[in-house]
Amino acid sequence: MTYALPDEGGHFGKYGGRFVSETLMRPLLELEAAYGRARQDRAFQEEFSEELRLYVGRPSPLYPARRLTEKFGGARIYLKREDLNHTGAHKINNTVGQALLAKRMGKTRVIAETGAGQHGVATATVAARLGLECVVYMGAEDIQRQAINVYRMKLLGAKVVPVTSGSRTLKDALNEAMRDWVTNVDNTFYIIGTVAGPHPYPAMVRDFQAVIGREVRYQIMEFEGRLPDALVACVGGGSNAMGLFFPFLDDPSVALVGVEAAGKGLGTGRHAAPLSAGRPGVLHGNRTYLMETDDGQIIETHSISAGLDYPGVGPEHAWLKDSGRARYVAATDDEALEAFHLLTRIEGIMPALESSHAVAYAGPLARELGRDACIVVNLSGRGDKDVHTIAAREGISL
Amino acid sequence: MSGRLAARFRDLGARGRVALIPFITAGDPEPRITVPLMHALVKAGADVIEMGVPFSDPMADGPVIQKASERALTHHVRLADVLAMVREFRVLDSATPVVLMGYLNPVEAMGYGRFAVGAREAGVDGVLTVDLPPEEGEELAGVLRRQGVEPVFLLAPTSDAERIRRIVRLAGGFVYYVSLRGVTGSANLDVSEVERKLKLIRAETRLPVGVGFGIGSPEAAAKVARFADAVIVGSALVGRIGALASQPDRIATEAAAFIGQLRAAMDSVASGGTGTRPGVHA
Repeated sequence: MTYALPDEGGHFGKYGGRFVSETLMRPLLELEAAYGRARQDRAFQEEFSEELRLYVGRPSPLYPARRLTEKFGGARIYLKREDLNHTGAHKINNTVGQALLAKRMGKTRVIAETGAGQHGVATATVAARLGLECVVYMGAEDIQRQAINVYRMKLLGAKVVPVTSGSRTLKDALNEAMRDWVTNVDNTFYIIGTVAGPHPYPAMVRDFQAVIGREVRYQIMEFEGRLPDALVACVGGGSNAMGLFFPFLDDPSVALVGVEAAGKGLGTGRHAAPLSAGRPGVLHGNRTYLMETDDGQIIETHSISAGLDYPGVGPEHAWLKDSGRARYVAATDDEALEAFHLLTRIEGIMPALESSHAVAYAGPLARELGRDACIVVNLSGRGDKDVHTIAAREGISL
Repeated sequence: MSGRLAARFRDLGARGRVALIPFITAGDPEPRITVPLMHALVKAGADVIEMGVPFSDPMADGPVIQKASERALTHHVRLADVLAMVREFRVLDSATPVVLMGYLNPVEAMGYGRFAVGAREAGVDGVLTVDLPPEEGEELAGVLRRQGVEPVFLLAPTSDAERIRRIVRLAGGFVYYVSLRGVTGSANLDVSEVERKLKLIRAETRLPVGVGFGIGSPEAAAKVARFADAVIVGSALVGRIGALASQPDRIATEAAAFIGQLRAAMDSVASGGTGTRPGVHA
């Protein structure tokens, strides 16, 4: 069987689709057509590959984490080093792709939403690189928490707009970016940062991120001579996980494991794990698992990692969960912190708090699979941005 | 009672009067004022009431209506509560159509079937789901229709002839033309562009055409009333309600005064007009 989702309307089973006001339908159809052409166009694909090589620094290494493997006492663990990309995370793979497409479509202005600021920085970076005007929407709450990334975006020439509506976080920034897009659609391209939103975004972002999994497929051969037994990635919106999983969907021997943010614990309700503890609904242009009240209001999420602090998840993950092709688990704030310290101390690699959730689950999974197995953990970003959060949590003032 | 929307537009057409449709958010700023406010709006000249269902993430709305949703949600106004308000309104008013306007997720949470039955029983006449384009809307439209509730759809400046045809095939009651590219309450309304677009829409449907988004003054309402079947006023009214959030007992009077001004401005145009019936404007 060859995996061929989404369908023409952008559906992954009952998930995905296009749930937007009529005003946005034509822009989305135009984007879908433009992306469809670019996908088939060798010149575009070559340009994208060259940018990834020369500007992002790809391929990112696949690193055998021998001391971590020894510590966990199970399967051999490899880390896919997306933290070594330009700007320090996987986010830039996607912003390069979408910005090149924006240029191609003749758009002169790009906008983005951002939570922790990583996608905002990655967007501001490519906007500077390509000479595009850039506006980033960011929750007022997040602007307080992520002052350094706000300044980075400004240094890169972007305008950062504080969002004061709703819960003043990522989901509200997304609402605001959509409002900007609907108003300025003639000259503006909306660069969504994850595999969510209305079709074609989930598929397009996945395709731009799929370079991660394609590299893993050949890199693992050098060490193992075969495909890995499992892939592990953290899931907020889910773009780093989709990018890793996608090239392996037709390989049933490869288990796919997504790790959501269990925050203070799934039982407390203070988490950001819609696949583990939410239910299907419609938000931000697609049908997917959501964190919501019984009467369909979106609720505030909690995670120590701002990048996972989102009440929805990409619709393809919802489909992979229901179909059983992937499974989804959750790691708490404390487990992620412990994994952060562990990897920092024994491998000298400081993971982002988001990626620390994946590292946290790698331990139990490695023991479950045993010493004959090998697993790849997506180290989606580096942890420098989180040093202040961790210090504050541990009562240290810098 | 089904057909209340059709009856109202028929009657208005016969009288050469353009419908005035005020939008309020249910439960804004507090639930107890909503039903009295609806009656006050009708008395001041509203022909149809559009009731916003509060939602935590109103993506297509500008700041004014977002804040109204937030005020209502501080009182935990649920979709079921909104239906209860319509039921209470119906005790005294069985003639004025009520159209709910909101986002899909609260409807998904309740379930399409349960919602449609609840809407009919409460006396809701139409439902406009902002984030439900025709591509995704066939199922809900069908479920609503089977209960005699009209599925109202949006048309936008970006809708071409093919999309207009697709939407009016699915739509009931009236179609809601979004008069500008942007969110509710934006300010850059180009009346002549709207008039041109309405000609295209009328070539495809005999449904009445309402115009909304960006109509904030009696002058703008009068201009649009020259060629539309209905003028929908949301943010300008909701903004006045929001300004009185701390004095809720003044809201009905002030809102009625504003609706009265809009009514007078629209009637001054319509009385000088040709009195053509909706659906047959050239």
